[in-house]
Amino acid sequence: MSQHDHDAHSHGSVGSYVIGFVLSVILTVIPFWAVMTSAFDRATLFAVIVVTAVVQIFVHLKYFLHLNFTKEGKIDTLSFIFTAIVIVMVVALSVWIIYESVLMMMY
Amino acid sequence: MSTSATAHHDAHHDEHHDTGRNTTLGFWIYLMTDCILFASFFATYAVLFMNTAGGVSGKDIFDLNLIAGGTAALLLSSITFGFAMISAYKKSKGGTLLWLFVTFLFGAAFIGIELYEFNHLIHAGHGPSSSAFLTAFFSLVGLHGLHVTAGLIWITVLFIDVAKRGLQDRTVTRLGCLSLFWHFLDVIWICVFSFVYLMGAM
Repeated sequence: MSQHDHDAHSHGSVGSYVIGFVLSVILTVIPFWAVMTSAFDRATLFAVIVVTAVVQIFVHLKYFLHLNFTKEGKIDTLSFIFTAIVIVMVVALSVWIIYESVLMMMY
Repeated sequence: MSTSATAHHDAHHDEHHDTGRNTTLGFWIYLMTDCILFASFFATYAVLFMNTAGGVSGKDIFDLNLIAGGTAALLLSSITFGFAMISAYKKSKGGTLLWLFVTFLFGAAFIGIELYEFNHLIHAGHGPSSSAFLTAFFSLVGLHGLHVTAGLIWITVLFIDVAKRGLQDRTVTRLGCLSLFWHFLDVIWICVFSFVYLMGAM
């Protein structure tokens, strides 16, 4: 029975899904609104898009994918962090290298 | 060890619970490798998106109203899948089937919008072979679309599974994996609409 209670907790409730959904809607509407109405200059728009996207990813990880640091859920979270590091290396570093080489060829 | 676990599958709930947990963890690790696949497609797009070969760029072809519609459909499908999982853990067969069906409808709406967009672009002469930008765009967005389509097929299969055999532990584990898959695709879509569509259109 205690097993069951634990399950219900780690799988989320109606309330936690609704919180995640409302936060996601807010974090989706802000960048769409900003870009569609050209509310800010380019640099600010860029920052708004990046910040809302990153925050929304964390909202999804917490409320929909239920990543956590409990004893049972820790390994999921750690494997995600490991993957995120690999992705930073694959995407960010390749993009960096290629952009630098484009600049060097042009100037 | 694993044979004996399988043989006493239904008799020993605890043993089964461990198997379910391993299955979910294994599926999660698959999703992490899928994440790396998407990351390499994103890297390709980031490198190629300026190479329009004198043709259209993102600003000319992205219809943000359409994308907002698709995004809304996918986000709604995420919360309805959450409700399906809650029903499944409560062993409510009717609720699970209802929410799975609603999730399927929203997912199908998303794919419908994407197919409309692709069809529209190809007919306007902006197909994937027109420029490196369009190749990277169609590959990245199409890869996500293929995943969602696979998710729709999986929802159909599990809908039949639940309808025929009810919510056994095994089926709930499968639903749990599908839930991870579906929410994972929504996370990928956040990256797609932010970095491809919004940054392309700004």
